[in-house]
Amino acid sequence: MLLEIKNIETFYDKIKILNGISFSLEEGKVTAIIGNNGAGKTTMLNTIMGLIDDQPEKGKITFRNKPIQLVDTDKIVKMGIAYVPEGREVFEELTVKENLLVGAYIRKDRKGIQSDLVKMLEYFPALKSRLNQLAGTLSGGEQQMLAIARALMSDPTLVILDEPSLGLSPLLVQEIFKIIREINRDGKTILLVEQNANMAIEVSDQVYIMENGKFVLNGPADEIKDNEDVREFYLGLKEVDSLKGYQRYKRRRTWR
Amino acid sequence: MIVQLLISSLVTGSIYALIALAMAIIYKASEIPNFAQGEMAMVSTYITFVLLSTFGFPFLTALVLTLTFAFLLGILFEFLLIRRAKEPNLLGFIIITLGFQLLLFGLAGWKWGSDQRTFTLPFSESEVVVRTSSFVLTEHNLASLIIAMVIMVILYLILNHTKLGLAMRACQQNVGAAMFNGIPANRILGITFGISSIVGAIAGILVAPITTLDPTMMWDPLVKGFAAAVLGSMKSLPGVVIGGLLLGLIENLFGFYVSLEFKSIVAFGVIMLILFIKPSGLFAKHYIRKV
Ligand SMILES: Nc1ncnc2c1ncn2[C@@H]1O[C@H](COP(=O)(O)OP(=O)(O)O)[C@@H](O)[C@H]1O
Ligand SMILES: [Mg+2]
Repeated sequence: MLLEIKNIETFYDKIKILNGISFSLEEGKVTAIIGNNGAGKTTMLNTIMGLIDDQPEKGKITFRNKPIQLVDTDKIVKMGIAYVPEGREVFEELTVKENLLVGAYIRKDRKGIQSDLVKMLEYFPALKSRLNQLAGTLSGGEQQMLAIARALMSDPTLVILDEPSLGLSPLLVQEIFKIIREINRDGKTILLVEQNANMAIEVSDQVYIMENGKFVLNGPADEIKDNEDVREFYLGLKEVDSLKGYQRYKRRRTWR
Repeated sequence: MIVQLLISSLVTGSIYALIALAMAIIYKASEIPNFAQGEMAMVSTYITFVLLSTFGFPFLTALVLTLTFAFLLGILFEFLLIRRAKEPNLLGFIIITLGFQLLLFGLAGWKWGSDQRTFTLPFSESEVVVRTSSFVLTEHNLASLIIAMVIMVILYLILNHTKLGLAMRACQQNVGAAMFNGIPANRILGITFGISSIVGAIAGILVAPITTLDPTMMWDPLVKGFAAAVLGSMKSLPGVVIGGLLLGLIENLFGFYVSLEFKSIVAFGVIMLILFIKPSGLFAKHYIRKV
């Protein structure tokens, strides 16, 4: 397993957000985590990246069998994990090119960096004419592409993306997911967090479903796609009837 | 006379600009107003003095050693005090920097006493380089201008054309994002404090010959530098330089045409005026985010 998480608990102040989560990620695959707003998905990713001080409170996180909990974020990045955060967080007052170079900060191989720059412009031709433009002046979709390209510039093994489709037009969402597939085909392992369950299940091999800081279900994408509860609560495929509240209650019990 | 006024304005303005730059580099990176900046510069200046007069080092050697000392002082300040603060807020940082200021002030007073010493540099205030009917340019004038300019150019090159500079700018804009791009943000902030301390030390060395070397020597220049930074916008380095030059000019014009006694109050007036009119400073960028 490339990334393994065992029983982690993360707190914000005294509030427990992650409630003993376990999870493992296979190399070369696309794994999706879906879950409603506030379920704790971003908190989990921030915990993996070491971005929350002194967290996780409990549990173990290993990357290639090396423990990474409580390790400095920059060292985690050096081990081969790249992060595309929710809301892009591009450096608005740096140019597009400078943003990409920040992504390559951990690298010393000039030639590799140059050829990856070229590769990014092949993935994202929209950035080509904007290399010297400040990132803050890009559109939302372009900023998302830049955030993904910036992450790839570190030449990571694992790319973690947090809701890359957030706030984008359907056409752009299609495009982003197509590129995620491509990146995976080019050899990167991908951990994808999404609220857009349809698309996420579509592109992924494995799916985890998170509710209230816990995984309630996981499995191969095609199995998850056919799960009754998922169809109703996440894919919106089942008709709503007057018994919904009751069914919901019953259903939920089936996966706990 | 006007040429002479301009020269004095440029010289004092450049020194203010250096102090303002030193403060702004840190402020941009961490939103910390470093009130210890002046005392850090003062202690560094004493180091130069001791190296020159007690150890008899040649000036350049003394300078290199001083700047190394200043760099380490900045790094240690960040590492030993600033970084220790857990979930600090602005007030906490102000207290830390004021505390460090008092510590350095106390140390300097204990070690070097409060008797004023004269500080002689290879470029003296009494040696004239150019004298015409309308103005006099002293060695110290010329050296100050050149050194300030060189420092600004070096800072510009570091920030815009090196990997370190790119990391510094990334940290200034979004520390979290810098970290998950693999930048060791703490270390970069430490280096930022070190560089800032070097810039401050150079300002101190330039100030000492025109005042006197004593532990309070940076009080007045620091307030002026701070005013210059507020004037230009703490968040814009070019703005801060222009703020420094502008303050030097306003101050000298005021001193000449209005009142020499109240010259020092100009900086305070400028801070108040800016706070009334444009609190973010004259050159603050108002960034418009596209969705
Ligand atoms: N910085 C924070 N401080 C305190 N609580 C937070 C913080 N960030 C998130 N939370 C809380 O943690 C819970 C999970 O949030 P989050 O991980 O962002 O969910 P998701 O990404 O699944 O939408 C929410 O209840 C949210 O209010
Ligand atoms: Mg989230």
